[in-house]
Amino acid sequence: MKGKKTLNKTSKNNFITMGGLLLVYVIVLILKEGGITTNLINGQLVPICAYMIMAISLNLTVGILGELSLGHAGFMSVGAFGGVFVGTLMQEVSDSKVLCLLVAVIAGGLMAAVAGLLIGVPVLRLRGDYLAIVTLAFGQIIKSIVNILYVGLDSEGLHVSFIEKCEVLDDGKLIISGAMGATGIRKLSTFTFAFIVLVVCLIVIFNLIQSRTGRAIMALRDNRIAAESVGINVTKYKLLVFSISAAMAGMAGTVFAYNYSTVAPTKFDFNTSILVLVFVVLGGLGSIRGSLIAAALLTLLPELLREFSDYRMLVYAIVLILVMLGTNNPKIRDFFAKMFARKKTAKEENANG
Amino acid sequence: MKKMKKVVCLGLISAMMLSAFAGCGKKDSGSDVIRIGGTGPLTGDASVYGQAAKRGAEIAVEEINALGGLQFELNYQDDTHDTEKAVNAYNVLKDWDVQISLGSVTTNPCIATAAETYADRIFALTPSASSTDVTKGKDNMFQMCFADPNQGSASAQYINDKQLGTKIAIIYKNDDAYSTGIYETFMDKAAALGINVVSTTTFNTDSQNDFSVQLNDAKNAGADLVFLPMYYQAAALILDQAKKMNYAPKFFGVDGMDGILTLEGFDTTLAEGVMLLTPFSADATDEKTVNFVTKYQEKHNEIPNQFAADAYDCVYAIYEACKKGEVTADMSAEEICDIMIAQFTTMSFDGLTGAGMTWGTNGEVTKAPKGMVIQNGVYVGLD
Repeated sequence: MKGKKTLNKTSKNNFITMGGLLLVYVIVLILKEGGITTNLINGQLVPICAYMIMAISLNLTVGILGELSLGHAGFMSVGAFGGVFVGTLMQEVSDSKVLCLLVAVIAGGLMAAVAGLLIGVPVLRLRGDYLAIVTLAFGQIIKSIVNILYVGLDSEGLHVSFIEKCEVLDDGKLIISGAMGATGIRKLSTFTFAFIVLVVCLIVIFNLIQSRTGRAIMALRDNRIAAESVGINVTKYKLLVFSISAAMAGMAGTVFAYNYSTVAPTKFDFNTSILVLVFVVLGGLGSIRGSLIAAALLTLLPELLREFSDYRMLVYAIVLILVMLGTNNPKIRDFFAKMFARKKTAKEENANG
Repeated sequence: MKKMKKVVCLGLISAMMLSAFAGCGKKDSGSDVIRIGGTGPLTGDASVYGQAAKRGAEIAVEEINALGGLQFELNYQDDTHDTEKAVNAYNVLKDWDVQISLGSVTTNPCIATAAETYADRIFALTPSASSTDVTKGKDNMFQMCFADPNQGSASAQYINDKQLGTKIAIIYKNDDAYSTGIYETFMDKAAALGINVVSTTTFNTDSQNDFSVQLNDAKNAGADLVFLPMYYQAAALILDQAKKMNYAPKFFGVDGMDGILTLEGFDTTLAEGVMLLTPFSADATDEKTVNFVTKYQEKHNEIPNQFAADAYDCVYAIYEACKKGEVTADMSAEEICDIMIAQFTTMSFDGLTGAGMTWGTNGEVTKAPKGMVIQNGVYVGLD
């Protein structure tokens, strides 16, 4: 009985992450409602949540499954445009903003999951560098396809065309318009909504990692041959992780798109994929908490560096390098480890005394 | 010692973060100036346009402030030609209590910031974001440049009226909203006028160095006029490569072609005979243009392009409207917005990029496009 009551170390860690996140959410919300935070910070809240979802979902592929993916922005793109498309259709049926957004996010996630599955089947036969290169290519392919995709809606129904703009009657409009992307999106995303999506994704990931499936996935990462020898189905688990990861990226894409009145296909290019990968690597492979923190800080950082005007991106790069060197330095790591250890022993002493 | 260094490094980083955080606070810039803000790509691939617009606006603000009377303060924020960053940049301006906005320089970011200025009731006049999506459905968003449809259909009309070519080839950039926007409206008009388009080819950001496929396609189709709705960097390469393959059709560009003569390392003889529709020519001899071009050259050592002229005109148009509407610096952005909308929809403005410009309630400008042809390295009017 006792064993059931006490949490294991991972669960405890997960609760700390969740609790911390919730605390930050409440604090930020109070500050925002109180009018203390600047417009700049307020405007960044939804994108930060979206990037956090991107980071934890990519961490699932890169950190937990151990396969390098360089096309994650492609799934975000599928989610963004798919979500906006379904959301616009929903708008015709329902006036409820929340319902509209909810359906859009679910649809965006599903579409991205399907894309992930379709891409995963041929791609996951490869390993290591080869897989990375092919995911990169698929990311570019998704970008290029959305770039020439036109979807229109009018009283006659839906019109879809490639390369050439489709004709839309005067009472309708183009939902997705090639290189222009989607324009005239209603700004539906709110901080609270984005946060809820983030929490849902987190719960899914935490439970997945702790489950039988999660252990199988990590076994695959650590030693594929050994895992296979005990009967773990490599393709099945790889595809599972790949599509869950894609689904979350898709949801992030929809939340992101609904925060802006326009979203262009070029937004989700190779650079965005790399940016998300930087969040993951900087936060620590396999560390969900690290990904969350890195995503938030690195999204805010370029804006906070506006003081440096033209040298902003240079300073940003230097800070990145310093942080990388810093976090990888054994001495600094030891320092933090010691500090936490000291706190712990102090706490225990207090508890005993 | 090594440890010391790290401590110093960490200290520096935290100091930087702190100063940046502190920088977020509202700035008190006095109540006797009207704060004008804009966003544009000051860094990155599209920085040519953002820098030009910023410099043009700066010159106008300096001139106006030197006149006495109404005083302006200009704040340009970097958006790296990205919608997300543009909204961030706009929020920085909002924290600065911006009263009148210059929108964004490039199209997609401007669509994003236009939605924000519309929601916040801040008047916006963009120098160069040319898509109709920028102004659609927003009563307080105005444009200084031609809207894309105007450019595309005006080009088609012009080519048809002047009988410039019988077989037309088009090369456009299909991941660029500006280029595809003009292409689409050109094709609509071309179909209506019965223009014979024999070759349509595309390129994108990743493939804008080699145009032999596109040019060969046009050449094999026997095109005698190639329409280039794109910015001048790519157009310069096309001209160069066409010459190398001994293909000499007429080339016709739009306002993005402006600036080609000042491109570093570009052989201007290649542009001989190139036609373009542009509202501004740096070689014009009227007093205003000469004054602007000399000032710009003194400060930045280069010839201003159309973006600089548009931004310069924007500031002056706002100045005129402020004067007529008796705007004072202590008014709120909402109050100014209403006055500006009333002024802009009724006034007529003479600037560098056209005389007698008027604005419709949809925010689009009406001014006559000038057909130009490049002869001996300078623009000459076509008409």
